[in-house]
Amino acid sequence: MIDQHRQAFKEEAYELLAELETSLLELEERPDDIDLIGRVFRAMHTIKGSGSMFGFDDIAAFTHEVETIFDMVRNGKLQVTARLVNLTLAARDQIRAMLDAADEVGEGADLEESGKIISGLRELAGFLPTAAAAPAVATAAKKPENLVTYRIRFVPSRDIFITGTNPLTLLQELKELGTCSVVAQTGAFPCLEEMDPEACYVFWDLILTTNQGENAIRDVFIFVEDDCELKIEQVAEHSQFDEPQDYKKLGMILLERGDITAEEMDEVLAQQRKFGELALSKGILDEGKLQSALVEQRHVKEVRQEKQATEAASSIRVPAERLDLLVNLVGEMVTVQARLSQTAAQRADAELLAIAEEVERLTAELRDSALNIRMLPIGSTFSKFKRLVRDLSVELGKQIDMTTEGAETELDKTVIEKLNDPLVHLIRNSIDHGIELPEARVEAGKPANGTVHLAAVHSGDSVVITIEDDGAGLDKEAIRSKAIEKGIIAATAELSEKELFGLIFAPGFSTAKKISSVSGRGVGMDVVKRAIEALRGSIDISSVRGKGTTIAVKIPLTLAIIESLRVQIGADSFMLPLALVDECVELTREDVARSHGRNLARVRAQMIPYIPLREHFRIQGDPPEIQQIVITQVNGVRVGFVVDQVIGEHQTVIKSLGRAYRDVDGISGATILGDGSVALILDVPQLLQSVEEKQP
Amino acid sequence: MAKVIMTADDSASVRQMVTFTLKQGGYDVVEAVDGKDALQKLSSTKVDMLITDLNMPNLDGIGLIKGARALPSCKFIPIVMLTTESQDSKKQEGKAAGATGWIVKPFKPEQLMAVVKKVLG
Repeated sequence: MIDQHRQAFKEEAYELLAELETSLLELEERPDDIDLIGRVFRAMHTIKGSGSMFGFDDIAAFTHEVETIFDMVRNGKLQVTARLVNLTLAARDQIRAMLDAADEVGEGADLEESGKIISGLRELAGFLPTAAAAPAVATAAKKPENLVTYRIRFVPSRDIFITGTNPLTLLQELKELGTCSVVAQTGAFPCLEEMDPEACYVFWDLILTTNQGENAIRDVFIFVEDDCELKIEQVAEHSQFDEPQDYKKLGMILLERGDITAEEMDEVLAQQRKFGELALSKGILDEGKLQSALVEQRHVKEVRQEKQATEAASSIRVPAERLDLLVNLVGEMVTVQARLSQTAAQRADAELLAIAEEVERLTAELRDSALNIRMLPIGSTFSKFKRLVRDLSVELGKQIDMTTEGAETELDKTVIEKLNDPLVHLIRNSIDHGIELPEARVEAGKPANGTVHLAAVHSGDSVVITIEDDGAGLDKEAIRSKAIEKGIIAATAELSEKELFGLIFAPGFSTAKKISSVSGRGVGMDVVKRAIEALRGSIDISSVRGKGTTIAVKIPLTLAIIESLRVQIGADSFMLPLALVDECVELTREDVARSHGRNLARVRAQMIPYIPLREHFRIQGDPPEIQQIVITQVNGVRVGFVVDQVIGEHQTVIKSLGRAYRDVDGISGATILGDGSVALILDVPQLLQSVEEKQP
Repeated sequence: MAKVIMTADDSASVRQMVTFTLKQGGYDVVEAVDGKDALQKLSSTKVDMLITDLNMPNLDGIGLIKGARALPSCKFIPIVMLTTESQDSKKQEGKAAGATGWIVKPFKPEQLMAVVKKVLG
């Protein structure tokens, strides 16, 4: 309570007490003076009311006792006696003492004295009223959690307007409680000459769906409850369980509302026409009441539909292993289906071909839906990062807000799990290296709060996750000198911006000037890059000095099955992830001769380096006259792979290699072909890296 | 334009508190020290709502409500009376005289605002 108000109350109370004293002394002379008794009562009453409003609860409680006595005097139940005046005067002094005491900390008025006065007064009144008037604290009725639909009929009294009540404000208040449909019933309007413009002829039917409970509805009508007709009925409770889609029949609603009788309903039902129309034409129902019942029907239906729509998103929990098993089985099936198709093609049996095609179609559908089951929104991962950002900003003394976008984007569960660590690292980097301290930001004309924006979006059969900060951006010169110092590039090397940024992925590279607790502990961006590549993804950096850095991670939707391009070298088959393949061109012996052993091919005026896979994997035999180059693109770098022959696109179920082959460079897995033979899946990014390392 | 609310109360501290609360809520306030003063001011000032105490010298709350309702400008405005728990009979009397609603004393500023919003829209 504001002190100024307390002070005003005290000043006023002193005045009232002075007046009280005079009145009491006069009352002793003229004990029957009703006016004087009224004055005493009013003074007590005001002190009590205001006192408790301004926090003088002790005064209020005490004064209440005295006021009660004077109320009895006022009503002629008690005579004014000398003893009453004495006690009241003592009470007056006691109130004054309590007022004085209110300023001094700790020291209160003499409570014993209060007690004496009160028991004296009670004795005088010949009764012992139950405890003081401490206003009962209404125990808040527990609100139902559930949505409940109520049918409310509010018929205000005709003369509601003359008490200054505006029914519309009440309806407005109701509407704020939940979903509300209102039907105004105007059936009672008289003809114009009989109409009293100051009377209310309208009443309202409302259908309200709310979780606030019936008391909240009654509270709305608290001032008019006594002089209006108010009916509140619960018509539907929307529990957790499914409800039948159909709500009550119109006739039932009208019957329940008491707008028609059972006989009337039966009579109408006997004829086979639409109930509403019939009832109307029979004149037992007016348009407004019919409308109202129809609105109820519609309202409940809508609320239910809405609820079911949200509940349809419910899910069942299944152990991850079961899903993995399912996906594995589907994988086997895809393999068998490939065999079936291949065999059917060889037999040239029309009937078998038709069956094979049917199986192929079904398998594709089965595969997609099986993989879909493992799809999860990335949102839960995102929200974990919020905590990370919060903790890190506190630790580093930075002010950082995190915004997210596309949390609903779905990714395979295993992919999400494996993405966690790389993303944590990237976000840490953004916060530690990217975003500046608040003072530095303000100096640079930026808001003190930095922002890390995390977004996920579908792009074809991949998901692109971007981590965007509005920090300092990458320092090209610093990267460059560091790379030269570490011997990663030559001092004279001329690098494009992309290549320069790419350097931060080199092993052991760090631009952090000092090691902080957050990053720079030797786990570099090279680890992040490898983790992303293990997911057959790619990572891309763009940065503007002073404005911020954006890191885009592109990841395939699922790890289990990929679209791939099957190629052949000698008798061996290999798979290249189709997502990485740009195009295929021919490579003739002349082309090879012309490049003087430099493994460079000219493709539409661009020189593209290539890797002859036959040599790389040391496969015996001679290449054919015309070989094929499969040109791939990883992180914007185009590199070709020379193979004997390109067979075509293929649904590849990825089988991981056994423990013994885990460290084989350039191979990420294997798959089983239609004829039962095994094809190796090429790890394109790793191949590129191993070739780069071999080059001088 | 801000709506005008009159507070009629013989207690200066209550008037002060009501005025302070209403002004914070964006209303203009006219103060009256008792029913007689209120009725006089009502005949020359247009108000959108009246909040009145019941126990007042010269003219009490009930009398004020009756008088106000007789004025054409106050015929349909919300009138809220300040009562105490013990004044239930007065409440009925007030309603019969044309009061819209009531606020039970003691009340908190937010309770006052809730009632004002309720009746004034």
